[in-house]
Amino acid sequence: MTLEIPQNQPPGSESTSVVVTESTHHHQAWKWYHYFTFNVDHKVIGIQYLVTAFVFYLIGGLMAIAMRAELATPDADLLDPNLYNAFMTNHGTIMIFLWIVPSAIGGFGNFLVPLMVGARDMAFPKLNAIAFWLNPPAGLLVLASFFFGGSQSGWTAYPPLSLVTAPIAQSMWILAIVLVGTSSILGSLNFVITILFMKVPSMKWDQIPLFCWAILATSVLALLSTPVLAAGLVLLLFDLNFGTSFFKPDAGGNVVIYQHLFWFYSHPAVYLMILPIFGIMSEVIPVHARKPIFGYKAIAYSSLAICLVGLFVWVHHMFTSGTPGWMRMFFTISTLIVAVPTGVKIFGWVATLWGGKIRFTSAMLFAVGLLSMFVMGGLSGVTMGTAPFDVHVHDTYYVVAHFHYVLFGGSVFGIYAGIYHWFPKMTGRMMNETLGRIHFILTFIGTNLTFLPMHELGLQGMPRRVAMYDAQFTHLNEICTIGAYILGLSVIPFTINVLWSWVAGKKAGDNPWNALTLEWTTSSPPLVENWEVLPVVTHGPYDYGVNDRGSKIQSIAANS
Amino acid sequence: MAIATTTSPAHHEEHKDLRVWGLLTFLVSESLMFGGFFATYLFFRGSAEVWPPEGTEVELLVPTINTIILVSSSFVIHFGDAAIKKNNVKGMRFWYILTAIMGAIFLAGQVYEYMTLGYGLTTNVFANCFYIMTGFHGLHVFVGLLLILGVLWRSRRPGHYSATKHTGIEMAEIYWHFVDIIWIILFTLLYILTLF
Repeated sequence: MTLEIPQNQPPGSESTSVVVTESTHHHQAWKWYHYFTFNVDHKVIGIQYLVTAFVFYLIGGLMAIAMRAELATPDADLLDPNLYNAFMTNHGTIMIFLWIVPSAIGGFGNFLVPLMVGARDMAFPKLNAIAFWLNPPAGLLVLASFFFGGSQSGWTAYPPLSLVTAPIAQSMWILAIVLVGTSSILGSLNFVITILFMKVPSMKWDQIPLFCWAILATSVLALLSTPVLAAGLVLLLFDLNFGTSFFKPDAGGNVVIYQHLFWFYSHPAVYLMILPIFGIMSEVIPVHARKPIFGYKAIAYSSLAICLVGLFVWVHHMFTSGTPGWMRMFFTISTLIVAVPTGVKIFGWVATLWGGKIRFTSAMLFAVGLLSMFVMGGLSGVTMGTAPFDVHVHDTYYVVAHFHYVLFGGSVFGIYAGIYHWFPKMTGRMMNETLGRIHFILTFIGTNLTFLPMHELGLQGMPRRVAMYDAQFTHLNEICTIGAYILGLSVIPFTINVLWSWVAGKKAGDNPWNALTLEWTTSSPPLVENWEVLPVVTHGPYDYGVNDRGSKIQSIAANS
Repeated sequence: MAIATTTSPAHHEEHKDLRVWGLLTFLVSESLMFGGFFATYLFFRGSAEVWPPEGTEVELLVPTINTIILVSSSFVIHFGDAAIKKNNVKGMRFWYILTAIMGAIFLAGQVYEYMTLGYGLTTNVFANCFYIMTGFHGLHVFVGLLLILGVLWRSRRPGHYSATKHTGIEMAEIYWHFVDIIWIILFTLLYILTLF
C-alpha cells in the first residue's frame, strides 16, 4: 500500500490528486482507440508499425500486379511506359522502405525487444513514437508523387536519369526516403541502448534471445549506413533544385559517387531487411521444433559478423559502372565472405530441426518455407557476387529473381511467420490454422511460380525495368504473371484471418506455444507496463526438453 | 490525446539515465553523414587536375580566426560543465554565455565569409562541396547554439540544475564538442589541404 500519483490514466479522467491505490489501472491492456493516438508504449508503436506497413504492402502489391499484367504481353498495351516506370519505382520504394524495414525492424523489434529483455519499455519512449510518426508522412509523399508523374528512375534513383525525369516527383521521393531514414536512425539508436542497458538484471549476456542479437546487429548497421544515404540524397536534391552539379558529368560532376553513397546504405539495407528475419527464425524454429537452438553463440556472433562484413560489400552492385579491377576483386571476395555467417545460421536452424518434435503450425510452415526459398535466393546471390558472372546478368531479370527470392521468400515469409507466431501475444487470440495453411500454400506456389522463371529470363538477357520486351520471352512471362495473380490472391485469406481472429479468434492464454522467452511470461496482450513485477530469468531462452512442461521462469517480487 | 506511461517511482524500479548514451550513439550516426560529404569532396579532389579550381580559391584569415574561436569554445564549455559539477550554477551560466557568444561570432564569421568569397553555390563542383559542407556544419553549430541557449533558459529556475542533476548541460557540451570535431576535420579538408 503506497501513496502514489497515477501516471498513466485512461483518457478523460484528468485527476492528478494523490490517491491511495493498488494501481489496478496499471494492469490493463490498451483499448483499440489507443492505437490511433500518439502513444509512447512500445507495444502500441510496434502494432502501429505493423499495420501501417501492411497497408503499404497491399498498395505496393497492387502496383506489382499491375506491372505483371502489363508484362503478360510483349507490348505496352495496358500501362503507358512512363506509368509502368513510376509503378516499378514506387513498388520498390514502398516494399523496401515502407513495408519490410518498418514491419521487421519497427514492428517486431518494438513489440518484442523490451518484452524479451525484460524491460518495461524502450529506453526513449517518446523518441520511439517520433520515429514511427515519421513514416506515414513519408508514405503519403510517395503516393502523392503520382500527381506529379511519379518518380521514374527506379528505387535506386541513379543520376543522370533521376535528374531528367519528373523533377518534382523525384524531390518528393527524396524527402520521403530522408524521412524514413531519419525514422530508421532514431529507432535504431533506441534499440541499441535498450538492448545494451535495459536488460532485466538477472539476464546474462548469453541468455539474451537471438532476436535481440539480430536487432542489435541490424541497428548498428542502420546507424552506420543510413546517414550516408542521407548525404547522397541531399546532394541529389541540391542537384535537382538548386543548380549544383555533383552528379552532372557535363559540369564536372560524377555519377559514380552517387552510386557509392547510395549503395553504401542500400546494400546494408538488404541486411537490415533480412537480419531481423533471421532473428524471427531463431525464435520460431526452436519453439515449434521443441529443441534448444543449435549453436546459440554461433548464430549470435554471425549476426554481428554479417553486420560488419555487410558494410564492405557495396561495390558488387557497381561491377558494370567502370569500377577498377582491384575493386572488383576485393568486393567479389567480401561478398562471398558474407555467405559464410549466413550459412552458419542456416545450418544452425537445420540442425535445430534435426530430430526435433516439429509442430507444423502456420508459423513453422512459413519458417521452413523460408529456409528453402532463402537458400535458393542466397545461391543465386553467390553467383552474382562474382564479378565475371555479374557483368553478364547485370540489370537483367536474373537480378530481379534473386532479390525477390531473398526478399519475398526470405523477408516476407519471415514477417508472415512472425505474425503467426506472435499474433496470440499481440492480441490475446489465436489465428485460424486452416486459413493459415491455405495462405502458406498459395504464397509458396505463387512465389516460386512468379520468380523461378525469371532466372531463365535473365540468363537469356531480358532487361529489367522496361515495359516492353522481345517476343521470345512471352511464354515465361505469362507463367510469371500467373504466379503474381496467385500471390495477389494469397493475401486475401491472410487478411481475412488477421481481421477475423483479432475480433473473434480463440482465446490464446499467456503461452500458447509453450515457449520459454520472456515475452510469454506476461498476459496476452501484455499489460501496459509489461509485468506487474519483473520476471527473473532462471534458464536460457531455448532450454526446450529440459522441462517440457513449459517455463520455469518464476515471477518473484523484484524489489522485495 | 497522448498518454505517457512513465515509470511511477513509487511503484516501479527506475533505470539509470541513458540519454547521454543515446546522444553519443546518435552523434556517431550523424558524423557518418558528414563522412558521406567528406568522401564526395575527397573523390572530386582526387580526380581534379587543379584543386580548388581557378577562381574559386578559399581565403584563410577569417576561417582560421573562426577555427581558433570554435576550438577554444570547446574548452570554455568544459569549464561550465566543471562548474556545475561543483554545484556552481552561476559559474556554469558565465561559461555557457561565453560559449554562446563565441558560437554566434563563429556563425557571423561564416556569413561574412560567404558574402566576401565572390562565388556562390553553383559556380563549380568545388563551390558545391564548399557550401554544402560548411552550410551543413553551420546548421549544426546553430542547433548547438539553441541547445546552449535552452540550457541557459532553464538554468534561470532555481534548483533546476545541480551537482547531481545536470544531464542537459552535459548533453549540450557533448554536442558542442561534436560540432567542434567535425569542424576540425572540415577545416583540414577544405582549407589546409589547399595549401599543398
